[in-house]
This record gives sequence, C-alpha cells and structure tokens, in this order.
Amino acid sequence: MRSKNSAVINETNRIGVLTPEGPQTALSWETVLPPSSGLDLESGKYLKIWHGPQHPGVTGNMALELTLEGDIIRECKTHVGYLHRAFEKLMERRKYIQCFPIVCRICVPEPDPNEYLFAAAVEELAHMEIPERAIWLRTLILEMVRVAFLTMGLGGQAGSFGLGPIGQWAVTHRDYLLDLFEELTGGRVYHMYILPGGVRRDLPEGFTDRLESVLKKIEKLISSVEKVMFNNAVFKARAKGLGVIPPEWVVPYGITGTNARAAGVPFDVRKNNPYLVYDQLDFEILTGTASDVYERTSLRKEEILQSIRLIRQIIEHMPKNGPVRHKLPNVLNWKVPAGETYVRAESGRGELGYYLVSDGSEYPRRVHVRGPGYTHAMVVLEKLADGQSIADLAGIMVSLQTCPPEIER
Amino acid sequence: MKELIKRIESRFTVLHHIEQRPDLLFLSLEANEIVEILTYLRDIENYQHLIMISAVDHLEHQVFQLTYLVHNYNKNIDIGIRTNIDRNNPVISSVHHLWPAAQVYQRELHELYGIDFPGSPRQDDPMMLEGWDNIPPMRRDFDTKKYSEETFFPREGRETYDPRKVMEEKSYPKESEIKYEIQKLSRDQRNK
Repeated sequence: MRSKNSAVINETNRIGVLTPEGPQTALSWETVLPPSSGLDLESGKYLKIWHGPQHPGVTGNMALELTLEGDIIRECKTHVGYLHRAFEKLMERRKYIQCFPIVCRICVPEPDPNEYLFAAAVEELAHMEIPERAIWLRTLILEMVRVAFLTMGLGGQAGSFGLGPIGQWAVTHRDYLLDLFEELTGGRVYHMYILPGGVRRDLPEGFTDRLESVLKKIEKLISSVEKVMFNNAVFKARAKGLGVIPPEWVVPYGITGTNARAAGVPFDVRKNNPYLVYDQLDFEILTGTASDVYERTSLRKEEILQSIRLIRQIIEHMPKNGPVRHKLPNVLNWKVPAGETYVRAESGRGELGYYLVSDGSEYPRRVHVRGPGYTHAMVVLEKLADGQSIADLAGIMVSLQTCPPEIER
Repeated sequence: MKELIKRIESRFTVLHHIEQRPDLLFLSLEANEIVEILTYLRDIENYQHLIMISAVDHLEHQVFQLTYLVHNYNKNIDIGIRTNIDRNNPVISSVHHLWPAAQVYQRELHELYGIDFPGSPRQDDPMMLEGWDNIPPMRRDFDTKKYSEETFFPREGRETYDPRKVMEEKSYPKESEIKYEIQKLSRDQRNK
C-alpha cells in the first residue's frame, strides 16, 4: 500500500496557500513553524518576564512568557491552564441534559454558540426535528450575543491602546443587551436558553420594540466610536501595520473568523456551511485586505452593524407564532443512539465546532470543543509577538480575540 | 461524494465509511496510512483546513480512536479520518509537518491521553497540567472521584453557636455535659 502512495509522500514539504482566486501550493513548512529558541539567555542581553496570568491587558487568565531585548519581544510562549475546569471530562460523567449548564461556561462573553452547537449535535444523533419558530429564535439569540461580544471586544481593543472611555461605553451598551437576555432567558451572562428540541421559552410581550431601541443605541455608539477611535491619530499611528497576519498563514495555522477575513480570505461558516436560517437571510461576507490590528478592529465594527441588520431581518421574517419546543423523552433516562458527528457555527471569534461521540448510553462518550482561539492564541500569537514592542502586545492579543476557557476546556 | 470515496478507495484501504450528512463524511483507515491520506487530501483533493485532531477512549476494546477532521474551502465538505491505535502502546506518526497548527492538538492529546507523536514540537512541555504525576486524566480508567477525594478535602464548616447549648453550658456545665453524653450514647446505639 505504501509504495502506491510514494508520489504523495514526496509532496509533504509543501503547504497549501489559499488565495481569493483559489488554492495554490508554495511555501515550505520550515518557514511557518514557530521560532525555535536560539537565544543565549546567559549573555545578559535578555530579560525574561511574565505577561499575565493576572494582567488587565490579557483576555482571561493566560500567561505569556516573554524574552525581551530592551522592550522588543524576541520570544513569546503561551502558557495556559489557569482556567482548566475539565469540562470535557465532566461531560463524560453527566447525562445529556446535565451538560447544558456546563457548555455555556466554555466561553464567558459568548455562551450561546456553545449551547446551540451541543443541542444541534445531540439533535442530529437523536434524529430530532425542531419547530420553525424555535429555529428563528435560535438565530436571533445567536446574533444578539454576537453583537454583545463584538461590542465588548471593540471596547477591549480601545482599552488596550489606552482609549479608556470607549471601553466604558462599550460595556454599558453590552449591559443594555444583557438586560434583554435577562428578560428573555432569566440569566444575564449564562443563558441556558437553547435546549434539544427547541428553545426554553417564547419572546416576552413587547420584546422586539425594546430590542430595537437598544440596537439604535448601539448604532449611535458605533458612529461615536468611528469619530473618537477610528479617526484618532494615536490609534491610527499605533494600530496600522501592527500584527499583520499574511494570507498564506491562514491555511497552515487554521485561522478562522474575522482574523482570516481581514486577511482577505472569505471564510464565514454562516455563508459557506449555512446552519439554522442563515441561507434565508441577506448578507455578504465582509473581507479586508491590510490584515493588521486596525483592519481587524474596523472589520469587527462593520460586523456589529451587519449583525444588527441581520437581527432586523430575523424579526421581520420570523413566524409570528407557533410552538417553540418539542417534547423531549424523559431526560433523566434519555439514551441517544450511537454515532458521531461534527457541527460548527460562526462565533464572534471564528469557527466554533463540537465533535460529539455517543455510544448509545445515557452519557456522551466524548465531547471535543474546537475553539477558534485555540490556534490563534497557542501558535499565531507566539509568531506575531516576535519582534514587536511590549507595549503593543496587548493590542495584538486582543485583536486576535483569544478566549482562554475554550483553549483548556 | 460517491466519486470522492471511489477515488480514495482506489488508493487506500478504507475499512468502512459513514456519510453522516451531505457535507460530512467519516472514513476509517489503518493507522499506518494516516499521513499518506492526509497528505493526499490536502494536496490533491484540496482539503486544506485542519479543523482539529481528537481522541476517543474505547476502554472496552482497548483502543484509542483518533479523528482528524479536514475541511475543503471550495466544496465546503468536511472529512473525518478515523483510526484505531493500541491503547497499551499509543504511538502514531505526527502530522505537524503538514499543518503547523497540528502540534498544539498533538501536544494536548499527549498530555491528556498519553498518545505519543514522535517528533512533534514541544510535545513534552506541560500545557495545562503542570506537575501532574498521575495517569493521563482523560483516559476513562482515571478515577476522578478517587482522585478528588485524595487531593481535595472538604472545607471545615463554620462554627455555629446554638444559643440554648451555650446558656446550658454556662449555667449548669456538669448537668449539660451528662445530658449531651447521654444523647450521644443513645444516638450511637440507634445507629448501630
């Protein structure tokens, strides 16, 4: 068997490159591997410091071990493990319905894609259909949490460059959305709204009007941020040309989400592999070209406006009434048929995926969460930080939107 | 999809395949063909995006099932390549030369399952379990309950003061001592 494939093995030294025109193969793999430490630490020229795990510029509890020459980073190593709560192991010992309070904790600012994906995977294995209105409500809450996450991310990006007030505006506006979540689901941060068979409850009376008024507030915020942040000379001077991800990194490093789109690669799961009702909505994939911190931030700002337009479309086209949830079998004794599946969705950070293996018992055999921040933080950040000033590190890190809980699950 | 399966079957020994969805296909192969088929899929069929590498512990069959998920950007199809390796000697070829991102997944599998990927960079660096000296924790024979009982201890409860008991001990200590001693004895008697 091996001799038949020898032609294939000889091509191992090439890495595929995806360009907007189509895939090309160039680039040797040696050029894209993380830098190996060839630094002479005994020479007295270098200083080793820890950036994090407790640091206001770090997204969550994650540590960066930096080797500095002056204030230039010569080597960066990511250390995770400060938030390891063994979610995947816990889920192997719990019944399917008991996993729902666990999965939403895998990403704090954006819990709903996790709930949706786990529910979708279980539904696929159990061959369940969900009501029409529930599908639309799921899309609605996914877009709402996307706006909330991206708004806070915009504030975090401003904060990492010392533009403090924008962070405070952003958190305030996220809070307006959290109020709506509280009204709809009972929880502000962790919603546990999406369950197998549908969603937990229907929209309260007058909810869409209140949602519309919050969306107007956020649009107003974006127009102010446009003036204060994107036209700010200091922000422009620091963020332009910083942390450039070349398009040829996208394939070998598995970069997804806004980070890939800012590099000009049109990869959006909502469009490429439509789930829920995204094939019935009218939107385009937004891409950029410069692929630096400024481009990624401004693309995220555009995506907030895009999600707001999507929410308006969803409210307009949603069926006005109908059931929102099918009756489940007895959940404490619910055996999901054996099988395995992979489902994916576009979260605010990139492609989020769930790989679920069932062995036909009441407990999942294996749940693997593919977090988008996984390769972004563990591989791409280490490469991007190389040669940058330590003052810009927080900006680069926030622009990748890394999320430590989904790295260590 | 049918043609793709035919093309793969003409080159490799596919043990069996499952079409889970129109855009998701699972193929099972022998462990020694993994690098070949991933190279073939990446370079010839344009399945260029490595989504993830995962492992499943099938303790009852004494095997680890490894799953490599790859994605085609143009056709929007996922393929899951599955293989079984011996649980007592878990060694498989590394694919970090195909995708640099694979080294993180392999590092995690090495730490959580004890699967060895010879040559994978930074494989032996601890990722999230610094100073771990037990068996790899994601294996199904790792007893989580026993581990937590041995490692963590229940917190001592808060000291509470029953006002009646305090007053009794203050006003007639001897009698109260006898009273509580009798209560304790009768409770022990009952529990026996």
